[in-house]
Amino acid sequence: MTALVSESRFPDPDRAYRALIDAHRGLSDQDSAALNSSLVLILANHIGDQGVLEEAIALAKQSLERSSPDRS
Amino acid sequence: MSTRRTLYQFGYRRCPDQDRPSPARHPVVVVGAGPVGLCAAIDLAQRGVPVVLLDDADRIGEGSRGICYAKRTLEILDRLGVAQPCLEKGVTWKIGKVFQGNDLLYAFDLLPEGGHKMPAFINLQQYYLEHALVARAAEMPNLDLRWRNKVVGLSHRNEGVTLTVDTPDGPYDLEAEWVVAADGARSPLRGMLNLSFQGEVFEDRFLIADVKMKGDFPPERWFWFDPPFHEGHSALLHKQPDDVWRIDLQLGPHADAEAEQKPERVLPRLRQMLGHDSFSLEWVSVYRFQCRRLERFVHGRVMFAGDAAHQVSPFGARGANSGIQDAENLAWKLALVIKGAAPESLIDTYDLERSAAADENIGHSTRSTDFIAPRTAQELRFRNAALALARHASFAKRMVNSGRLSMPSTYETPLSTPDRDTWSGSLRLGAPLPDAPMRAQDGRPVWLLEALGGEETILHVPNGDSRPEGSRVLVIGEDLMDEHGHFAERFDATPGSTYLVRPDQHLAARWRQAAPDLVKRASLRLRGVDA
Ligand SMILES: Cc1cc2nc3c(=O)[nH]c(=O)nc-3n(C[C@H](O)[C@H](O)[C@H](O)COP(=O)(O)OP(=O)(O)OC[C@H]3O[C@@H](n4cnc5c(N)ncnc54)[C@H](O)[C@@H]3O)c2cc1C
Repeated sequence: MTALVSESRFPDPDRAYRALIDAHRGLSDQDSAALNSSLVLILANHIGDQGVLEEAIALAKQSLERSSPDRS
Repeated sequence: MSTRRTLYQFGYRRCPDQDRPSPARHPVVVVGAGPVGLCAAIDLAQRGVPVVLLDDADRIGEGSRGICYAKRTLEILDRLGVAQPCLEKGVTWKIGKVFQGNDLLYAFDLLPEGGHKMPAFINLQQYYLEHALVARAAEMPNLDLRWRNKVVGLSHRNEGVTLTVDTPDGPYDLEAEWVVAADGARSPLRGMLNLSFQGEVFEDRFLIADVKMKGDFPPERWFWFDPPFHEGHSALLHKQPDDVWRIDLQLGPHADAEAEQKPERVLPRLRQMLGHDSFSLEWVSVYRFQCRRLERFVHGRVMFAGDAAHQVSPFGARGANSGIQDAENLAWKLALVIKGAAPESLIDTYDLERSAAADENIGHSTRSTDFIAPRTAQELRFRNAALALARHASFAKRMVNSGRLSMPSTYETPLSTPDRDTWSGSLRLGAPLPDAPMRAQDGRPVWLLEALGGEETILHVPNGDSRPEGSRVLVIGEDLMDEHGHFAERFDATPGSTYLVRPDQHLAARWRQAAPDLVKRASLRLRGVDA
């Protein structure tokens, strides 16, 4: 089983991040959420590995706990 | 609201057990004459075990429930002698189509391969299936079907169970060495043993209607996400015999079940869907679906099967199909134990194998129901994203889930002897054998599964050595001719290949070259005898 890679992989991470931002510019929150949903499905399929997907979900959940301001 | 009247009415008859001074003792009592109890009772009786079958009702056909019966179920029904009337009456189908709005997203073919006796699926009102089973049961001298015999009490004794049975003439007691509890989703027997039935309830309500009309839709399963006639929800249309169509409409979580069943609500909905009003309503009901199961299916001498043991939502047609597979799994084991040919512990493998099957079915059914009825705004977004992507990207089609239709389970079980050789082909260890068209010695065409029947069998491809030894051996090329090569292909057969088949037609062991002691050990192992 391949493990989730959490070290940086893009030669230019700023550009990659920017591509995501650009994709959402001008979208309503609704449309942004829809776009993200499609993106997640596409990228998950590209990864094509249940183990990696589950690790990614776990990592994302961990960061959610830290970043949510309205959590008591 | 139901306009349908009772289709078949059976009479209560007083039986001699009611007049005995002390309770009669029977090897097996099956409780519940639904599809599962009937199949279990017929299978046991066919295996030479006398059976008493009790049902609290005396009629069939007031409501409609199951309609889709899968290939493996039909193969089992064939062995029980009832597939023919079902096939004659039923609508054979294998194509499913999934639409979003007005557009076809994709179509699937459930059995693209020829050379099988049974089709992928037939649709048939459950009451026709039950009627065929009751007719078969009536032919069997060792099957005693007692209508209006309601089990109201159960107590375990050493080596058996005492049942208290209520009848129009009052109650009587029965003793059974073994009890099969096939008394449906509300299972009173489960209650009598204080067993919990746990799982998930889905919030959404669904309207299920059977509509009679002359339609020119093909015999395919059509499923819509967000159709123009029922915006924001899902719909299903599926053909049954007698010009009856099953319609299934998602209503959402807040629908009022009572109000939705009223003709003034139902008829306009259906009119909108069908585009006309030349139809009549056969039956309508509103459901909230559940997926739940008993933790264990075997409790002392009481074995639960079918809806009494596990319940699923109808997407995927896994209820009756899996219940009938429970019945088949249990019948041969119980017959061997009762005859003293296997240890009592063989019954534990019923729990093991069919629990795993129930988990598989519940998993599929839960995932389908969640896809069809998303619970949160984000679940809905993912669902809609998958649907939208399915138009452009093939991976997303496989994520679209309108119900994964019932398939038999492959058992990972101590009864199997692990493979030592490598195999290709469609045959799997622990799975039911694929069928194949063969010829018997006398030239008559025969299907492989017909030839197997319900006995433990060794299939052997000759290689010049002597035949393997076993209670029953069929040699390919001598007893059965593989004219079209389907057997060779599906079983990856080469000279010397030997297959040990369980009485339920699942594969227990296989060898490229079979040493007699290995075959013997595998045969003991499949009967649960330590070897
Ligand atoms: C809308 C709908 C659609 C469905 N579609 C499909 C489908 O397409 N394919 C599929 O495979 N499944 C389908 N199912 C599921 C299927 O109907 C059930 O899984 C099936 O009926 C279960 O059979 P059973 O014999 O376990 O229980 P039941 O059919 O419920 O039979 C139980 C029997 O036990 C009797 N009984 C109860 N208590 C007692 C007692 N105390 N004493 C004596 N007798 C008693 C009852 O009278 C009854 O006859 C569908 C279900 C629904 C609701």
